[in-house]
Amino acid sequence: MQEQTQGGAASDAALGGAEPGAPRAVVVGVPRESCPGERRVAATPDSVRKLVQKGFSVVVQAGAGLGAACTDATYADAGAQIDDEGRLAWGADVVLKVRAPRELDGGHELDRLRRGAVLSCLIWPAQNGELVQRLADLGVTTLALDQVPRISRAQKMDVLSSMANIAGYRAVLEAAHHFGGFFGGQITAAGRTRPAQVLVIGAGVAGLAAIAAARGLGAEVRAFDVRASVKDQVRSLGARFLEVDIAEDAETAGGYAKTMSKEFIEAEMALFRAQAPEVDIVITTALIPGKRAPVLWTREAVGLMRRGSVVVDLAAEQGGNCGYTEADRTVVTPNGVTVLGHTDLTSRLATHASQFFATNLVHLLDELGNTALNVDLANEVIRGALATHAGAVTFPPPPVPVSAAPGPVAAAGPAAVARPAASASPTWVLGGLGLSLMGVIGTLAPPEFVQHFTVFVLACVIGWQLIWNVTPALHTPLMSVTNAVSGIILVGGILQAASGELSVAAVLGAVAVLVASVNIAGGFLVTQRMLGMFKKEG
Amino acid sequence: MSPLEAPSLPTVLYLVAALLFIGSLGGLSKQETARQGNLAGILGMGLAVAATLLVGRAHAWSPTTMGLVYGGMGVGLAIGAALAARVAMTAMPQLVAILHSFVGLAAVLVGISSYLHPHAPLQGAALHVHLIEIWVGVGVGAITFTGSVVAWAKLKGSLSGAPMLLKGRHAMNAGALLVSLLLLWPFLDTTAAEGGQPTWLGTLVLLQMTGITSALGIHLVMAIGGADMPVVVSLLNSYSGWAAAAAGFMLGNDLLIVTGALVGSSGAILSHIMCAAMNRSIWSVVFGGFGTDGGAGGRVVEGEVTPTSADELARLAADARSVVIVPGYGMAVSRAQHLVHEFSTLLRKKGVQVRYAIHPVAGRLPGHMNVLLAEAGVPYDIVLEMEEIDHDLADTDLVLVIGANDIVNPGAQDDPGSPIYGMPVLQVWHARDVIVFKRSMGAGYAGVDNPLFVKDNTKMLFGDAKDSMAAVMAALRGRAAA
Repeated sequence: MQEQTQGGAASDAALGGAEPGAPRAVVVGVPRESCPGERRVAATPDSVRKLVQKGFSVVVQAGAGLGAACTDATYADAGAQIDDEGRLAWGADVVLKVRAPRELDGGHELDRLRRGAVLSCLIWPAQNGELVQRLADLGVTTLALDQVPRISRAQKMDVLSSMANIAGYRAVLEAAHHFGGFFGGQITAAGRTRPAQVLVIGAGVAGLAAIAAARGLGAEVRAFDVRASVKDQVRSLGARFLEVDIAEDAETAGGYAKTMSKEFIEAEMALFRAQAPEVDIVITTALIPGKRAPVLWTREAVGLMRRGSVVVDLAAEQGGNCGYTEADRTVVTPNGVTVLGHTDLTSRLATHASQFFATNLVHLLDELGNTALNVDLANEVIRGALATHAGAVTFPPPPVPVSAAPGPVAAAGPAAVARPAASASPTWVLGGLGLSLMGVIGTLAPPEFVQHFTVFVLACVIGWQLIWNVTPALHTPLMSVTNAVSGIILVGGILQAASGELSVAAVLGAVAVLVASVNIAGGFLVTQRMLGMFKKEG
Repeated sequence: MSPLEAPSLPTVLYLVAALLFIGSLGGLSKQETARQGNLAGILGMGLAVAATLLVGRAHAWSPTTMGLVYGGMGVGLAIGAALAARVAMTAMPQLVAILHSFVGLAAVLVGISSYLHPHAPLQGAALHVHLIEIWVGVGVGAITFTGSVVAWAKLKGSLSGAPMLLKGRHAMNAGALLVSLLLLWPFLDTTAAEGGQPTWLGTLVLLQMTGITSALGIHLVMAIGGADMPVVVSLLNSYSGWAAAAAGFMLGNDLLIVTGALVGSSGAILSHIMCAAMNRSIWSVVFGGFGTDGGAGGRVVEGEVTPTSADELARLAADARSVVIVPGYGMAVSRAQHLVHEFSTLLRKKGVQVRYAIHPVAGRLPGHMNVLLAEAGVPYDIVLEMEEIDHDLADTDLVLVIGANDIVNPGAQDDPGSPIYGMPVLQVWHARDVIVFKRSMGAGYAGVDNPLFVKDNTKMLFGDAKDSMAAVMAALRGRAAA
């Protein structure tokens, strides 16, 4: 530990010893992570620089960034104060952490927080009720980063997505490390090898990242997910999408998967048993929020795998998807399959993991209005992440009614946030009117009318079908051509004008002929002109 | 008897014409077949007229009245051809609107004429149905006629685009409809009493109803704001179809019915597509007054706009790898499309990827921007729809927004108080740099503030779009020469 003489002086300034009258800057503290094996840090020199620009004063505990290759000197360069013992970092107005505060030999880290402080870190409030209650009792405002809602706008604050991406990538590297072969196929003078066969179970953010990484190394990848909506995303990454023959979609409003029916699970297990002998690497990423991870890759399936194959279980922390998984341990099964239960995959890529994490936090502070620290309960992102506030537990939040497909190919996009159409009732009224009209026509109208009416309704349906296929680029020509076509009323004009004596009726008909002719010539010619302008390149 | 006098021939020709019309609309669904589609439409129309003249031949219509028909047709076709040949592509919305009004007018005239000169003696229910058909045809025709004239004047700029909102306008509309319906009873009674022959009272009542529905058409369209014009024009397109179909019913002519129904339902779908693109219900457009009620009007936009210069734009464009151009009505107004095309061609020669992003309701007519860009010579395969390009915007180096406002407003996504909240917009702010061509710092047509203008990566290039583009071209050429 290096000794820093300025530490004491700085601490006084930051802890309320400022000049009287001058507004005290809002202090952001970045304590060192105390969890063994945790190498990530909640702020990087880059993010510190951004925070300082936004008007924060930043205190970083000495050595906080070492695991992520960020030295104290680089933090100091970025404008942070370095605090040796962490008293200042923990006592700041805003405390940024990766992991939740924990019980240490010298007392609980919680007690180092200042009353009224804002704490942002991973909390998992559903599993850590006691911790959350203590935070509430301390009057701390807690933003649980794991609870940021999965909506398009909040993606830039979603640490779970950014960490999952890293975990998926790292899982492939860990597998490659333990696998005794190439990923990409080789054709050499010394012989040839087949590409490694990789199965990814669960195509969420982590699964998709794993697919991309494995494909990048040259492996052949297949993937399975209970949510049919991810099929295109899997295929877009060049992997095969495995399916079972039971139609059941598991996507919930939040974009996660739910528990499936018994029949589905049986079909799924059969599929996995069939896959087991073929694959070299299995990467499982299946999580159900708030529940133990489902065991999908059973001991039986592992028993069917070839010797030397590798299973990487990203759900190890939640109990594991594989029957052999032990959290944080590497298990070698009797038939020689290596099962990795690392829970620190993101920490193994600490530099970039910290960079993403820190950027997510900078965005989250933006959402709080930066130094204003405005906890706006109407803001759905803040409300979603808020676990404690003003002395009370505020978890769980009221449900967010918005759903957006997660991942890179979010097709739902803006349409999903559409507000309900202004009123649906006129549609019902019209439907009712239409039905009663049919009734009236059926009972009262003469047969000839009914014949015309049939033609009319069928033509409406044809028009309806035809127009849906029109490319929007041609909407203007379409409109002018339909315009010309509706000049067909000319026929009516002719019939009225010519079929009797010269009379007022005939003259009216002739005028109708005239205006309808303007329409016909104008509409068709202008369409022709427009269409003549559309041309393809080359 | 010559084959031309065969009694079924006109009907079969009508059938062929109807098929050609269906083929015409089908052909217009794709660029490759669009021109054949238009030709099919012309052919169908020719057949329909020929078939009708065959009917006349069979019934030995008098040369005097036939003279009237030929005269009307000749004059009308000449006027139409002249209009079509001279109209500027930027004036396309007005032309389409005024052509709709002609269909409406023709429907009114045919309807009144059909009342004054009934073809076959009718009785009982058949007579009543016939009279109701006339009533509906004339009413729909009148609304189409006057509504289209107002839309034409608004699009042309003779009338202000702002919605005219009278007190109790919904009650007035409902009242007009109710009175038109009530007038139907004396119309039916007096005509039925005369055994289907026109009466003075009947004619008077019919004309009264025409006057009321004409006023209704004016009032309805006056209340609709300029930003909703694409929907209004396609709605009027739909009405003109229904008017033609109603005329078909009163004359017992299936070709008119089929064609009118085709046009009517196609216009209805277009309106629906436009409304979906704005996330509005069709009712809120039809009953008007958008952007004026609600009071709140969304969050007030705060912040500084960053002005920029043509030189800086030229520098950014020359350094960019990918550029997306988002045109709006402002480009049409200043007729900048040719310069924009030159600009994009120059960049593409330098190896920059240039694409155009078209929002479904950009401009004042569905597909308006596509027509303007085509006129300027932009190949249609680099002109993309919103869904095709939305995902690429985040990877784009430079976005040029030329005379567009509401369709790139981030408030539509994150400000629930904004009047356009929920409308899908082009998310241009995800690009590295955004430059907005704008005449001045006014709100868009919907009267909504645009937070895009104060974003960090947005710069504003003030001035007429055409002048600005010319300055950018000069700067770009200067750079190339230097």
